[in-house]
Amino acid sequence: MSLAADSLSILAVSAGIFFFAAGTTGLLRFPDALSRLHALTKADNLGLGLVVLGLLPRAASPRDAAKLVFAWLLVLLASATVSQLIARAARREAPPG
Amino acid sequence: MIAVPALDLVLAALVLGVATWAVFTRESFAAVVGMVVFGLLLAIALVRLEAVDVALTEAALGSGLSGAVLIAAASRLRSAEAAVAAERPRPRAAAAALSAAVAAALATAVLSLPDPAPTLAPEAAGSLAATGVGNPVTAVLMAYRAMDTLLEKVVLLLALVGVWSLAKDRAWGGRPSQRQRADPRGALVFLARLLPPLGGVVGVYVLWAGADDPGGAFPGGTILAAMWLLVLMAGLADAPPVSRRPLRLLLVGGPALFVAVGLGGLWLGEAFLAYPRAWAKPLILAIEIPMTLTVAATLGLLFLGPPEREPRR
Repeated sequence: MSLAADSLSILAVSAGIFFFAAGTTGLLRFPDALSRLHALTKADNLGLGLVVLGLLPRAASPRDAAKLVFAWLLVLLASATVSQLIARAARREAPPG
Repeated sequence: MIAVPALDLVLAALVLGVATWAVFTRESFAAVVGMVVFGLLLAIALVRLEAVDVALTEAALGSGLSGAVLIAAASRLRSAEAAVAAERPRPRAAAAALSAAVAAALATAVLSLPDPAPTLAPEAAGSLAATGVGNPVTAVLMAYRAMDTLLEKVVLLLALVGVWSLAKDRAWGGRPSQRQRADPRGALVFLARLLPPLGGVVGVYVLWAGADDPGGAFPGGTILAAMWLLVLMAGLADAPPVSRRPLRLLLVGGPALFVAVGLGGLWLGEAFLAYPRAWAKPLILAIEIPMTLTVAATLGLLFLGPPEREPRR
């Protein structure tokens, strides 16, 4: 049981870190604001989701686990909204040609 | 010498790096973004130091709300920025040198403390039961050093009076800034409808949890203020005119109740702000709940700035 939980933690957190790294690479390397946003939001949502998934077996109580999931959902909501707003502002400044 | 984990070293280097970048970056907006990132990293560092109360306040207030205020200021100054910068180069190096000197002096003072450092922590923890709260930070803020907390709230109110005093005569008593207009089917309006109920619960929870766990009136009030500002930014509601009486009562309510309880301590107990022993916990809560609302209203209005629209006569 604990071996299975530990492997899940290691796998999920490592995968999460991979998505964070990929998203950061995209943020640094992509040419324009919209594709940077695309890289960042997908990677952050998935990356954080996987990190939270990996931490769930290590949570002290179901209440703590619920708080972790809640934090992930709030970040999803905030990052989706903020990327919409940034994308809109970016399109206003430089309309796609 | 204790071994410093690699994570802490990386964190410290990041904090210093971001701080330097924020001071030397060219554009005000980028500098503000740097400051917000600095604040969040600092909050993580404070969590590493097990100062979760300070971290919460830093994240909510030092990074979140101050960041919002500074972004608003930077976007207002944006059009004038180039002209001013060409006219007179800003003394960034002097600011950086001054900050570095303060940091060096602080570091020297901390490093030259005798080991073990003089501390009142055992006394503070020992008398915790008398206050009825379980979180030593709340006990310090609301019981041992309640006077400082009271004055802090008064300072916040004075800051708001200072901001309001920038209003033009004809706008006095009116509403601050323009009513925001957002696409009613857009993402911001969706967020502003969905998040405030959740944020309200979180804000109240942070206040309530502050009795025994990290939290309290300041972070809780800041979260409530953020929710209010979100609703205003999405244009779902309009900012109140500053002359409105319920608003003024809300602003004065928290500190006034604090002073009233303090005077009650003078009358019933031994000194100003001395809580009768059996009543300590209820009194602390009775102060903190209106104080949270006052903090939320004051911070929100500080962000909104001086009244700009003429009141309707």
